[in-house]
Amino acid sequence: MEVVTAPKVEPEAVRRRRREVLMEWLFLVSAWVALLLTISVLLAILGKLFADGLTRINWQFLTSFPSRRPEEAGIFSAWVGTLYVMFLTAAVALPLGIGAAIYLEEFASRNWFTRLVELNINNLAGIPAIIYGLLGLQVFVRWFRMGESVLAGACTLAIMSLPVIIVASREALRAVPVSIREAALALGATRWQTVRDHVLPLAIPGILTGTILALSRAIGEAAPLVTIGALTFVAFLPKSPLDPFTVLPIQAYNWVSRPQPEFHRNAAAALIVLLALLLLMNSIAIYLRNRYQQRWRI
Amino acid sequence: MKASRAARWAHWQERLILVLLFASASVSVVTTLAIAISLGVEAIGFFREVPLIRFLTEREWTPLFAIKKFGILPLVCGTFLIAGIAMVLAVPMGVLIATYLAEYASERTRRLLKPVIEVLAGIPSVLYGYFALLFVTPLLQKFIPSLSGFNALSPGIVLAFMVLPTIASLSEDIIYAVPQSIREASLALGATKLQTTFRAVLPAAGSGIIAACLLGFSRAIGETMLVTIAAGQIPNLTLNPLEPVETMTAYIVQVSLGDVPHGSLEYRTIFAVGLTLFLITLIFNLFGLFLRERFIRTFQRFA
Repeated sequence: MEVVTAPKVEPEAVRRRRREVLMEWLFLVSAWVALLLTISVLLAILGKLFADGLTRINWQFLTSFPSRRPEEAGIFSAWVGTLYVMFLTAAVALPLGIGAAIYLEEFASRNWFTRLVELNINNLAGIPAIIYGLLGLQVFVRWFRMGESVLAGACTLAIMSLPVIIVASREALRAVPVSIREAALALGATRWQTVRDHVLPLAIPGILTGTILALSRAIGEAAPLVTIGALTFVAFLPKSPLDPFTVLPIQAYNWVSRPQPEFHRNAAAALIVLLALLLLMNSIAIYLRNRYQQRWRI
Repeated sequence: MKASRAARWAHWQERLILVLLFASASVSVVTTLAIAISLGVEAIGFFREVPLIRFLTEREWTPLFAIKKFGILPLVCGTFLIAGIAMVLAVPMGVLIATYLAEYASERTRRLLKPVIEVLAGIPSVLYGYFALLFVTPLLQKFIPSLSGFNALSPGIVLAFMVLPTIASLSEDIIYAVPQSIREASLALGATKLQTTFRAVLPAAGSGIIAACLLGFSRAIGETMLVTIAAGQIPNLTLNPLEPVETMTAYIVQVSLGDVPHGSLEYRTIFAVGLTLFLITLIFNLFGLFLRERFIRTFQRFA
């Protein structure tokens, strides 16, 4: 009697399946190598920075002006300059950015001008920071005669931050339900009254979040401010917006460009302070965003 | 009557507000025009003294020396060399990471890894420069003894990680946006997940991913502080990444920090270089935005 055996699986299919498994494994391994490489670089950057500079930070460092001697140098003028520029930038950028966002979201019809504005915003977001520096140099420092001042720096950074603020504000406005607008209009409010009293207050947290994120990007920028004439050795505090100034990233750049390792240590310490400031700002933004999300659940 | 006066005042207030808001929106258009004009005016002044042909074809850039040469090639070459090294690393890594995060990773993994990549995007470029000069260059010098202290390789590698978040994040959005129907159709025809990913989803996302890479490249070209710190300030027409090079952006910084008098030819050079940089990034940006639009429009039918 013949024993019936199960038909053999085709070796071709087995080979294909095995190659398939190998390729998938290869892909996953490559992706994870890339991810781990990225994470390692991040850890290396932070590790090197803290190893080099953390011990340099003390009260003397935070309250001294730059000096030719590295042990006596400090970031007093730099962090004051950073905060001064940041607040002025916010003061200039917020009204312009929110205004533009309100116009685009609440008032504008879809015509060629609106499309032109949107195209410009998208394009401006991709322009290198140093080009904004050249713009600021010509327009703010020379034509508007602001000189190489805090005000010129703030205006330059404000223009640079506008695309991000406008996009974030538009998203925040869009998130407010249409029913709110309809209710206000039904009760007889004009379009501006609707926006000012009903839509805008609900959108403020989202707008603030976007603005803080845009500002945190701006204060890390050295290139545009160097171009408009921010100095690298400032042994005084700017008193008025028309005074010269420096900021943390420029001070760090100045120190890292010197050959002495003691100055490199100062640079690392300055960058740690800058990172701490960035961390603080981003935390505030995230806190605001979480609180904002909770409001809608009610 | 009182009511009519209040109503008229509200009407004019409404008109005024509209004008103000319109003006705010116009700032973006005005900004683009202002960039073009401010770069153009000084650049025209420059080109009146230095003919365009000389600018484009001379092989040396020494406007600050006694014997002045005005060829932009060394600066453009330095920029593209460093950006090229960065893209060779960033594109494969970025697309791999984006594909993995969009198609294979669990929600928990994605939520954990995305912020880490975003942090990389938030690091100030001065810090990247510090890292490149004081960590990467000495490390590379152990393996390549002929590596100069200022070189193109070190900032190129670091720039890759600076640009990686842009490419990965944009590509991931694109891959995520590929309609589910394409994946379902592929699987229904008997393809495996890997085949679906690489033969259906990625080709569909193709133009969007290319757009992401173009935008990443534009970002790499425009980077300033990293290359100023780590690549050097000596213009050098070379393809050898072991030598110092100067980029267009680093040159602008170099002049801005110096004592160049306003209105002089040397001062105008930064605007000529700036204009060149602006035009190059504009081309890449517009092309990238165009491809992105085309991708969105292609798949609007399937949404």
